[in-house]
This record gives sequence, structure tokens and C-alpha cells, in this order.
Amino acid sequence: MTENSNENALILLGCPQVPVQTSMALYLVHSLKQRGIRPVIAGTPAARKLMEVADPDRHYLPEMADIDAAIDEITEKRRDFDLCFVFIHNDSGVAYAGTMAYISKARVYALIFGEHAEDLAAEIEFPCEVVAAKAVHNPMPLKRKLDEVMQWAVSKR
Amino acid sequence: MGCLEALKPEILLSQSSFREAREYIRKNVREYHEVEPGYRIFDVHIIGVPPLYIGVEGEHLIFPYTKPCHGTFVVKVPGGEEIGMAFASRTYRCPGSLSPPKGLVLSRIQR
Repeated sequence: MTENSNENALILLGCPQVPVQTSMALYLVHSLKQRGIRPVIAGTPAARKLMEVADPDRHYLPEMADIDAAIDEITEKRRDFDLCFVFIHNDSGVAYAGTMAYISKARVYALIFGEHAEDLAAEIEFPCEVVAAKAVHNPMPLKRKLDEVMQWAVSKR
Repeated sequence: MGCLEALKPEILLSQSSFREAREYIRKNVREYHEVEPGYRIFDVHIIGVPPLYIGVEGEHLIFPYTKPCHGTFVVKVPGGEEIGMAFASRTYRCPGSLSPPKGLVLSRIQR
């Protein structure tokens, strides 16, 4: 499908401490590509390396970027995105999502997971769509929530 | 080694939330400036939800530094001659870093 081929999405990875993040990020890349949306992944070196090692021939991985370089590009108006998905399982994740909501024109989706997903979701006080599930090792609760919003996310553009 | 690390920052508050870091600066630093999220100082960005503050204490700058895995730290580093440049010209940079976007310093607050 290429009906949205001019659109792009930033996937902002958080600390890779919680196992579901890498799996869900790859799934999100797949979902976006299926809808003709070009994903770009930004994250810490460790978060990116987890994905790169799992996909050495880059069958699935799209463009990868350093998290600070991505923020620089947006704040300096050199680049922006239509959609932005931020993976959150701690306060730093909330802080990064809040920053993206402020500096980017993208529609921001806060993908909240981990043991404290509900508590973190309650801390969101900036404009974004919250997708929250208590998922640590099993990605399915978050996958189901993401599937629910993906069609809506694309149709909103 | 990054620019900030090379300055051997003093850690005033560690592994806190960005809100706790904001309150720490607001309550403990006499002069502080509000900046927008994404403001670049040295080689790091100020991350969080407004209001976000950078403090000035003598020859030092005090600001929140958010690490994805370890939360937000409030750090104190020597600002030297660049303190004046930071808020007078609305730009702040360390060697090799990019300039922040103009106009990101919103206001100066002094108690």
C-alpha cells in the first residue's frame, strides 16, 4: 500500500530495559510500512543496536538516527514528521514525549508500557494520544492497543 | 567524551523526574531562565514539559540533564565567559556543538 507515501513517522525509542520495546518497535515499523508511511527510528545507541543486531541485513529496519541528532533537526526546522511514536516506560520517556509534542508538528502517540504503565499514563499532561498497556515481557497487550489506534492514526492524516 | 562530561559536572540531584528537577532549580537557584523544550546547552538538550529552567549561580550554570535510562539529573557546571553570551545573545554553545535555535530562551526570572 502506498496511499500515504509522502508521509513519514518518527519512532522514538526509550531505554531498552523493558523487553517489549524492541519487538513492538519492529512491529510498528511493519505497520507503518504496510500503510505506506516511511518510518525513521531514533534512540539511544543501545536501543538502536538491539534492533540492528537482530536485523543485520536490514530487511525490516528503516533509517536510524541518534536521538539528539533527531531533536536537533526538528528544533532547527531542518526536518519534521507527520507522526511521532514515543516509547515510554519511565519518567524520561514522558519527558521526551512532552518535548516532541512541543517542538514537532507531528501527531504524537505516547506508547506506554511496563510495570507502571497506568501511573505514567496519568502523568501525561500535554497534547498527544495515549496508548498504554501493562506489558513487560509479553508484547501482546500493547500490540492489541496499538492495532486499535493504527487505523485511526492513519485516517486522521 | 561529550562536552558536558568533559566539564565534570557537579550532580546536585540525581535520578529524579523532570518535574522534580524543575522544582529543585526553582526553589534553590536564585536566578533562573525559562527555556523551551529541546533547548541545546553544551552537547545536551533540555528535555521535558514547560516550564523548564536553566539557573545561573555565580560563574556556574545549573540545568536539568535527562538520560533515557537513568532519569533527570540537575547538574552544575562552570559557565565561564559564556554565561553572559548564553542569555544576552540567546545562543549558547560549546566547541563543536550546534547553535540552538534562536529565541528559545523565553524569560529571565530572578528572586
